[in-house]
Amino acid sequence: MKITLKIWRQQGPNTKGHFKTYKLDHVSTDMSFLEMLDVLNQDLIKKGEEPVAFDHDCREGICGMCSLYINGRPHGPLQTTTCQLHMRTFSDGETITIEPWRASAFPILKDLVVDRSAFDRIQQAGGYISVNTGGVPDANEIPISKKIADEAMDAAQCIGCGACVAACKNASAMLFVSAKVSQFALLPQGKPERKERVEKMVAQMDAEGFGACTNTRACEAECPKGIQITNIARMNREYFSAMVSSYEVAAGEGGAG
Amino acid sequence: MKLDSKVPEGPIGEKWTRHKFNLKLVNPANKRKYDVIVVGTGLAGASAAASLGELGYNVKAFCFQDSPRRAHSIAAQGGINAAKNYQNDGDSVYRLFYDTVKGGDYRAREANVHRLAEVSVNIIDQCVAQGVPFAREYGGLLANRSFGGAQVSRTFYARGQTGQQLLLGAYSALNRQIANGKVKMYNRTEMLDVVVVDGKARGIITRDLVTGKIEAHSAHAVLLCTGGYGNVFYLSTNAKGSNVTAAWRAHKKGAFFGNPCFTQIHPTCIPVSGDHQSKLTLMSESLRNDGRVWVPKTAIKGLKAKEAVAIKEEDRDYFLERRYPSFGNLVPRDVASRNAKYVCDEGRGVGSTGLAVFLDFADAIKRDGRKVIEQKYGNLFDMYQQITGDNPYEVPMMIFPAVHYTMGGLWVDYNLMTTVPGLYALGEANFSDHGANRLGASALMQGLADGYFVIPYTIGDYLANIGWNDKVGADHPAFKESMDQVKAGVDRLLNIKGTKTVDEFHRKLGLIMWEYCGMSRSEQGLTKAKKMIQELKAEFWRDVKILGGSSELNVELEKAGRVADFLELGELMVDDALNRSESCGGHFREESATPDGEAMRKDDEFAYVAAWEYKGDNQPEALHKEELKFENVKLTQRSYK
Repeated sequence: MKITLKIWRQQGPNTKGHFKTYKLDHVSTDMSFLEMLDVLNQDLIKKGEEPVAFDHDCREGICGMCSLYINGRPHGPLQTTTCQLHMRTFSDGETITIEPWRASAFPILKDLVVDRSAFDRIQQAGGYISVNTGGVPDANEIPISKKIADEAMDAAQCIGCGACVAACKNASAMLFVSAKVSQFALLPQGKPERKERVEKMVAQMDAEGFGACTNTRACEAECPKGIQITNIARMNREYFSAMVSSYEVAAGEGGAG
Repeated sequence: MKLDSKVPEGPIGEKWTRHKFNLKLVNPANKRKYDVIVVGTGLAGASAAASLGELGYNVKAFCFQDSPRRAHSIAAQGGINAAKNYQNDGDSVYRLFYDTVKGGDYRAREANVHRLAEVSVNIIDQCVAQGVPFAREYGGLLANRSFGGAQVSRTFYARGQTGQQLLLGAYSALNRQIANGKVKMYNRTEMLDVVVVDGKARGIITRDLVTGKIEAHSAHAVLLCTGGYGNVFYLSTNAKGSNVTAAWRAHKKGAFFGNPCFTQIHPTCIPVSGDHQSKLTLMSESLRNDGRVWVPKTAIKGLKAKEAVAIKEEDRDYFLERRYPSFGNLVPRDVASRNAKYVCDEGRGVGSTGLAVFLDFADAIKRDGRKVIEQKYGNLFDMYQQITGDNPYEVPMMIFPAVHYTMGGLWVDYNLMTTVPGLYALGEANFSDHGANRLGASALMQGLADGYFVIPYTIGDYLANIGWNDKVGADHPAFKESMDQVKAGVDRLLNIKGTKTVDEFHRKLGLIMWEYCGMSRSEQGLTKAKKMIQELKAEFWRDVKILGGSSELNVELEKAGRVADFLELGELMVDDALNRSESCGGHFREESATPDGEAMRKDDEFAYVAAWEYKGDNQPEALHKEELKFENVKLTQRSYK
């Protein structure tokens, strides 16, 4: 099949970017979207033009490194990661527009590559259970009902790709943050720190410049791992309960939104 | 140099306990005087960095991805073994130990494997305490499954995403230490050299992948947790970025490379669909618990999955069940892969390329109902459908073997130290625990064992012995020299300005390796491959084309450095495969087979670890042998019949 690509090119974080148009005429329907970009890049190198930089690694939909805003949707038309999107989803002759994630908390590094380290900093603020290696009880001494374990697992499946932020008109990171807050709020192991955790993570989320949640549910619709917005509701409850009852109130202005 | 494995004295069950007691301790107040570098943040690296930070050491951790959570451990699907015996089915530490040594076809070090089995139980406790949501029974206790040829149910799992959940657990522990200031994290940073002064590892040289800046980092010890080198085959189940560069550069600085030819070819991957293929996707081995592997009895060219449903039972050859009645579809990975190759070599392969076999769930769905199968494998079935367009609930899957894991790696002693004092290798990056074949669900176990429960003990002994004053600053001339070399290497690549892309060379190398150093190897083929690799290497340094500069995000430049190292490693793998003229585990030499085509070991000649010493550019490497003594496990020819 033949396709036309309109791709955002930007040399560095502080340079001005622009769209550039490319034509590809030997695309196979079996190719993954990233393999199609590989083919484009091979052509570009041969022609002496710098290849398009994009993030990717595992190419099996789990590492969360690939991104791309394709035809106005994060990870493209299907609810999956870009690496799992195949060209059979597009039609012959189609024009495909490719942009980087758009959010001020995810600054562009080059072309389609953005800096998502804000997500790491939110996790560092409280996305853990404070246990050291060793000295923990036998695994079966903490029974957890299957329903709760399954629900925690549903939330824990988040791959940290940032599609939720890219999809949101407010560039809110609520779905991402609430997935981790939910996982630990549901599990008995996470209970001792649940109040400080939600406060600290929300405070960091605000400090990173992510927007508030206005319940448009765009994040849920685009999440490649099916993380649900019930997690956001749970985080709001956790946050509210922490605000009125915890010993330390870490959050300043803003809030869970 | 004589290889000293430093395996402690005493009965196998007491070695680790005794050794831990004999290791020197670093006074708690002195731990903050020691700096440790951890390269790689997969299961081994993240768990090591977090645990060492908790103990009080100053840790610097490095990953080339944009976040430590992306390391390729994240993609492991099936599970993690532990000798908990929660199922009351006869498991024990000794049985896990025995199974692992046997499964590795008697080419692993007994003492290491026993330790691995011992600490396996602690790993599960640790992960649960961190909030890893393992699968559970209705009563609230942990669920297990039998996995990849094991006769007991000892595999713990989190749906089909066990690696993800374990890594996110280790990542959370790492994050806690980053927040505490005990670990400094460097994302998008690649290690390009180890600095050795006075015979000890003193630090590393890195390149910031965003700015291109070359930097020096010094420490008392360096841990390489950089994974395996399956991408030498170009097509593998590894992530695109997985590479050998850190291990290889360490090798060139004096770390011996152990059993480089030991490669695991995983039997259940989605077959190649065309020339554009950039990686291969694994379908978890757990699928073999319910799926039946078959091809038609007589060749049918281009047989599609849709047409397979109509093929009568008596016209199907369930070749694993036929050849191995006792293990059937659950034979170990190497056996399953080789048999798939045989039926394809006979022309009975299916699909458009003829390089695939069926994995059929029709019987399981009939027996257990679609709902049960959906619960067990739903996400894997979805993934399969997304990639191939076929619905595995209705038609059989098509699978073919693909390179998945490398048992070989940097040689380490019982303390996980390489032949360079102060330089350690953990997880897949070392050679130690899996012998010539890794059992399913053992990689996650080993990565976490090394990081959580081995290195925190063994590193203390080294550090206490050298003392905190025994450190070289990053301003030492050796660091400057090494930085200059790294910069010169980068410039050399950029200045070639040839005509062929990095990927073209990588693909060519991969084809050579797969053809001659893959599932089946012969002296003739390997000799040919060696020459081909040498020619390809010369061509690479003459004709590779890399655009852009060194002081920017330059993906082609990153890839070029990695492919340059793969080209050198490929040759060593071929040398190692040539040297080992026996068949064992994943290493199958056509010259060493039983009359019915099974692998034949030669224990008299080859019960050793081949550790290779780098002798300079384009020089043959020197072979050192670590004899393997089996005091507990009885050597037998593996039989799964």
